[in-house]
Amino acid sequence: MSDKIIQITEMNKWFGDFQVLKNINLEVEKNKKIVVCGPSGSGKSTLIRCINRLEEHQQGSIVVDGNELTEDTKDIEKIRAEVGMVFQQFNLFPHLSILDNCTLAPIWVKKMPKKDAEDLAIQHLEKVQIADQANKYPGQLSGGQQQRCAIARALCMEPKIMLFDEPTSALDPEMIKEVLDAMVNLAKAGMTMIVVTHEMGFAKEVADEVIFMDEGMIVEKAETKEFFANPKSDRTKLFLSQIL
Amino acid sequence: MNKLNFLQPDKNNLNTYLYTGVILVALSIFLVFLNSFFEKDLISFLPGTLSFFLPLILGFIGLHLIRIEYSGLKFLDSVNKNINTNNFNAFLSLLIVFAVIKSLPPILSWFILDANIAGDSKDVCTGTGACWTYIKIWFNRFMYGMYPNAEQWRINLSFIALAFLGTIGFFATEKFKKYLTLYYVVVYPVIAFFFIFFFISGGPIFFDFSYGIIAAVISIIIGFFIPSKFKMYYFIIVPITLYILLKYVFFYEELIELGKLEALEWVETGAWGGLSLTFIVSFFCLIFCFPIGLFLSLGRRSDFPIIKYFSIGMIEFWRGVPLITVLFMSSVMFPMFLPEDMFIDKLVRVIIAISLFEAAYVAEVIRGGLQALPRGQYDAAKSLGMGYWKMHILVILPQALKLVIPGIANTFLALVKDTPLIFVVGLLEIVGMLNLAKTNPEWLGFAMEGYVFASVLFFIICYAMSKYSYNLEQKYKTER
Repeated sequence: MSDKIIQITEMNKWFGDFQVLKNINLEVEKNKKIVVCGPSGSGKSTLIRCINRLEEHQQGSIVVDGNELTEDTKDIEKIRAEVGMVFQQFNLFPHLSILDNCTLAPIWVKKMPKKDAEDLAIQHLEKVQIADQANKYPGQLSGGQQQRCAIARALCMEPKIMLFDEPTSALDPEMIKEVLDAMVNLAKAGMTMIVVTHEMGFAKEVADEVIFMDEGMIVEKAETKEFFANPKSDRTKLFLSQIL
Repeated sequence: MNKLNFLQPDKNNLNTYLYTGVILVALSIFLVFLNSFFEKDLISFLPGTLSFFLPLILGFIGLHLIRIEYSGLKFLDSVNKNINTNNFNAFLSLLIVFAVIKSLPPILSWFILDANIAGDSKDVCTGTGACWTYIKIWFNRFMYGMYPNAEQWRINLSFIALAFLGTIGFFATEKFKKYLTLYYVVVYPVIAFFFIFFFISGGPIFFDFSYGIIAAVISIIIGFFIPSKFKMYYFIIVPITLYILLKYVFFYEELIELGKLEALEWVETGAWGGLSLTFIVSFFCLIFCFPIGLFLSLGRRSDFPIIKYFSIGMIEFWRGVPLITVLFMSSVMFPMFLPEDMFIDKLVRVIIAISLFEAAYVAEVIRGGLQALPRGQYDAAKSLGMGYWKMHILVILPQALKLVIPGIANTFLALVKDTPLIFVVGLLEIVGMLNLAKTNPEWLGFAMEGYVFASVLFFIICYAMSKYSYNLEQKYKTER
């Protein structure tokens, strides 16, 4: 097997009559960091939600770590356990403490002993620097802290791929940096990442490739330096001129 | 001395306003009090309408005079803030105070002063007040229904034992805390069932037990030689088969003799009644309707069409028919569909009927909670690799159920107050017994006392439940 961990070929998706994703082809190699950008409504979020099948695609194929995503439910849960995801709205479980948020899935999905799961959780919480908040509830934390906890929670499943769906869009400007720092550290540790974001600074710093999407299509896909220095399509140029 | 302006009381002449105001208010309350308690009308010399409204007018002026902001007197400030913020509120406050004073004497006289409790026949009740003798004489019936007097200790003992077992949660040590939910959800109801089935009902206990024990022992012994892969099926199927074989094929004649070793006299459910029956019916209906409702609410949101439409059908059907019809059907129609020799007790049928009926309401309440959760919670749980059941048990239901505690409490209270309807199938719980007692020729004309008595009992039960639900709400409250 090649080291292509995600392979999307000829993928199409509709919401009712509306085609959100058109003929997507994408390959992601292991340990690569991909940033997906584009105007809102261009299908970025839908694309990465398809990768762990929170949305179903109707045509084409998505292969994640050698498994094709199909209707077979049992497979899906195994794949989802290997693909971590961080959401725009954090989506922490408000009825559980930070520590329990992190240990819940390892204990119940991976059947890890409680003690091991807690050690692992503390370890990951330390990496994102909120180990001291472990016994608080999500409602008592700031947005930045919650998002870092969400990253730790996803990491506790020891995923092979991490998906980020606009992780900083719901945050106060002051808190964006702390979340981006956590993501940069994660990138440096060699995680395979697909990040939907508008933070071009982050893209320049860590991304290997940048994908620009518009109207459900991948308009441009290039090495990071190439993408910013020498964008090919007019749509990309326009987007970059507005956002930078 | 500052100028007095009675239209605009101010702080400068605080005492003058305060004394005048308090005297006026006190005078008005005194007038009403005299009028109400001693039937003396000090102001009857005034024209009729004026004498009727004078206390109100005096009190109103008095309250106006003491309405002084930031007077510096703590008590005055709190009175002003709470009942005397403006003319309209002052007026309403006065009205309420007067209404309470006015209504106290008749209530007191009916309940206590003119009431009778001595004696043991209707003849002692000569006063205008309540006849509590009636309640006293019928008390046993109101509590136990037609249950034989000599056997009532069985009910008492069962309820005391169950109440004691119910408080175990408070004494549990840290080590057993995690089993408490299991205890209350599964073990406790089973114990309660055994108490009621074997102790309150009585009858040939040994009869059924002996087959059961023999079947269990044999199946456990054979169970050691069964590969673990099939164990689950084995332990579901074999004991039941053995039990049936033992009961109907092998030992029928021999053991029927043993069955005659009745320890306790059998009391048929038709004789049960009164408050104890209210408790039994409410308890089991509450226990059954919750899980059924939970599954229906999940089923209604399921992706499988069969489960979905089955759930919708169940919910809409049970919500669409009146409870009284359901109960009637359960006693008249339902037995027709059963095989000839199969018999399900009336009480059991009633409990099943009420449980299914209330389950539909519980289902819709829980669905409300499920829909209140943001979709992100489902996404997050799924993205961590949880399947349907793990997602619901660990993430969705704990939050949704917390949200719907008030709604569930509402439904449960309604359920308890619906239990009197079981009179249509001939089961007489407390209200049924009241209706029976009030038609007794020797005790005609005391319906009022009976209904007040039942109301007080129902109020105590329901208020306790609502307090408990409020405590639960506080206990599980977390910041969102």
